[in-house]
Amino acid sequence: MSLHKHKTFSIGGVHPDDNKLSAHTPITPLELPKMVIIPITQHIGAPAKIIVQRGDAVKAGQIIATHEGFVSSNIHSSVSGKVGIIEEVMDSTGFKHTAISIRVKGDEWVENIDRTDTLIEEIVLAPKEIVARIMESGVVGMGGAAFPSHVKLSVPEGKHVNHLIINGVECEPFLTADHRLMVEKPKEIIVGIKVLMKALAVDKAIIGIEDNKADAIEIFENLLVNEPGISVEALEVQYPQGGEKQLIQALLNREVPSGGLPSDVGVIVHNVGTTYAIYQAVQKNKPLIERVVTVTGKSVKQPSNFLVRIGTPVIDVLIGAGGVPEDTGKIVSGGPMMGKAIADLNVPVAKGTSGILLIPKEDSMREEVYNCVHCGKCIEACPMGLEPYRLLLLAKKGNHSRAKEEHIVDCIECGSCSFVCPSNRPILDYIRLGKTQLRKQKKQ
Amino acid sequence: MSTEIIYTVISLTAIGIIAAVVIYFVSKKFAVQEDPRISNVESVLPNTNCGGCGQPGCHAFAVAVVNTGDLSNLHCPVGGNSVMKRVADILGVQAVEKDPYIAVVRCSGSFEYRKKTSVYNGTSSCKIEANLYSGDTGCAYGCLGHGDCVDVCDFDAMYMDEKTGLPVIVEYKCTACNACVKECPKDILELWPKGKKNQRVYVACLNEEKGSTARKECAVACSGCSKCFESCRYDAISMVNNLAHIDPEKCKLCMECVGTCDVHNIITTNVTPEKLQQGDEQRLKHEERARKKREAEKLGAQQSNNEPPQA
Repeated sequence: MSLHKHKTFSIGGVHPDDNKLSAHTPITPLELPKMVIIPITQHIGAPAKIIVQRGDAVKAGQIIATHEGFVSSNIHSSVSGKVGIIEEVMDSTGFKHTAISIRVKGDEWVENIDRTDTLIEEIVLAPKEIVARIMESGVVGMGGAAFPSHVKLSVPEGKHVNHLIINGVECEPFLTADHRLMVEKPKEIIVGIKVLMKALAVDKAIIGIEDNKADAIEIFENLLVNEPGISVEALEVQYPQGGEKQLIQALLNREVPSGGLPSDVGVIVHNVGTTYAIYQAVQKNKPLIERVVTVTGKSVKQPSNFLVRIGTPVIDVLIGAGGVPEDTGKIVSGGPMMGKAIADLNVPVAKGTSGILLIPKEDSMREEVYNCVHCGKCIEACPMGLEPYRLLLLAKKGNHSRAKEEHIVDCIECGSCSFVCPSNRPILDYIRLGKTQLRKQKKQ
Repeated sequence: MSTEIIYTVISLTAIGIIAAVVIYFVSKKFAVQEDPRISNVESVLPNTNCGGCGQPGCHAFAVAVVNTGDLSNLHCPVGGNSVMKRVADILGVQAVEKDPYIAVVRCSGSFEYRKKTSVYNGTSSCKIEANLYSGDTGCAYGCLGHGDCVDVCDFDAMYMDEKTGLPVIVEYKCTACNACVKECPKDILELWPKGKKNQRVYVACLNEEKGSTARKECAVACSGCSKCFESCRYDAISMVNNLAHIDPEKCKLCMECVGTCDVHNIITTNVTPEKLQQGDEQRLKHEERARKKREAEKLGAQQSNNEPPQA
């Protein structure tokens, strides 16, 4: 480890135990499940439009739902088999959404998909074709928010982008999916970065990696010796550095204005998982139908990193990791800070599911809530410079106009405030409620 | 000693008189001219400031009625027709009679009927839970049971039944102020016309899932079987999204539909068992008549088929 202090973002932040139990477990493909359930809303934006019917035979990689409008995403079948019932099922958001179930039969893929491991370095497609291919392949942000990637790449006119940031921070405790991908597929990721640089016409790219992943940093440093445009930057471990705005501030010391986008300060951020998916989409013609999912937790027998087909029920993934331990109190989709507890084990893995975390019973229950003691810890911890305790009160009282004045919409829902609160106050719960109600009010 | 007291009394009295004279003239000079009817109207209003009329408090309501002089859109649900009559008298306009309303709970999914499928461990608030996920039971439409509605009731007209986990409306206290209706994130509470002799008939379910799914989630869910719909002779029941809905405006309180429900989830209030039985008997009679009519028609159709074609 180098002696000088690494960069990090300057406002707020917390330091949860990182618990990267599966950091040295290689990525292994998960056995095909008997049935997959593919929700048509796995992304931010309009739900995709279903183009298959019950009883249709589909192959892996075949489009089964097309994007509706620009901010939407194509959905592909992740397996070969027969389309079963199409109905509303509970997904990892905790609400019911329409999903297509497919009964798996064999493993037949659409012909023009390159499934080999050969590295294709030459980028033949033109920038516009690259964006079109990414849109066609249904690639969305795989860090968790699942924002359609082609939308991010279509920079609005009048904005000039000069930096591409690749987010390899993975600041969520426990999760190691991006880490393993960086260790195992660095060359592919670098080609993916070049694809993105070509599409955006930028000549500078920075890979930001927290310094608890020294092996990944070293691999990239060695590979990037002869790449003048791409650099790798080690960052001090601090949550939520994986947040777009925090990462930009840490690496380039630019602040995204309130309500603005990274492109306002000349930056586009993509996650390493997304970059790898973009490499596969553009160079190998492979749509986004599988992703790396970390299965972890203190009581899990074999914390693992699986290559999982989209739509695989969580229960099948858990069986792959040695089953559900008896003392499990809560199963979380995502990491411990921003993840969401799931209420049903048949919830499918979606494009944005980066991990499945099992929490033992003794750690799973919330502790008793006390009154606010005005200690100000939440203000210190907030990476967006907000006053969380105040937003809680405003949201609770339903004073939405005041909450808006206090910039409630800038909250990135990282949960640092609830994490540090000595009174265990449900700060983020109320802020989320306030944001939802403000959105509803706007719609009316 | 005594002179000090006398001086003090005299000087304070003098100051008091001067101040009173000043205040008298100032209050005359700067008097706010308000329509005297506003304070008259306000004095007959319940002054609960509940906001049920849509105005931010009773004073604002009084200002609104005096300014518009029109009572067709302004109605105090708490005071009801008697108060509105007095308001109309003050304004010298015709009172507009409105049927009194009451809140009803449109969910019967008690602990017994609706099993928990997950443990909700977050903040005890329906709004928070509804924002987080579809709820800790299978039914995504049902009551979450944290009592947000009870908390907002200014009239102490609701309580949570510990045995069922559902809110209960205290009939004589509910003023139909709409506060609970606005608060409920699942829209389970609804304002319903109080009805003749306080009799009301409504379906206590909002589950829009297919019948089989809905019944799996809750033993008393409306499965959309349409039996009540078919039994209604007044066209008061409609079937929308696998759910029966009784239109209180059209319902004649004949009680014929009540007995058709497999899961007894057509709720009646203040209805005697005799009347329910009467309703059942009436329905059977009508069904019998309809059956006979159908048979006769069938017979007629067969006969006409059997007739040889005319040359």
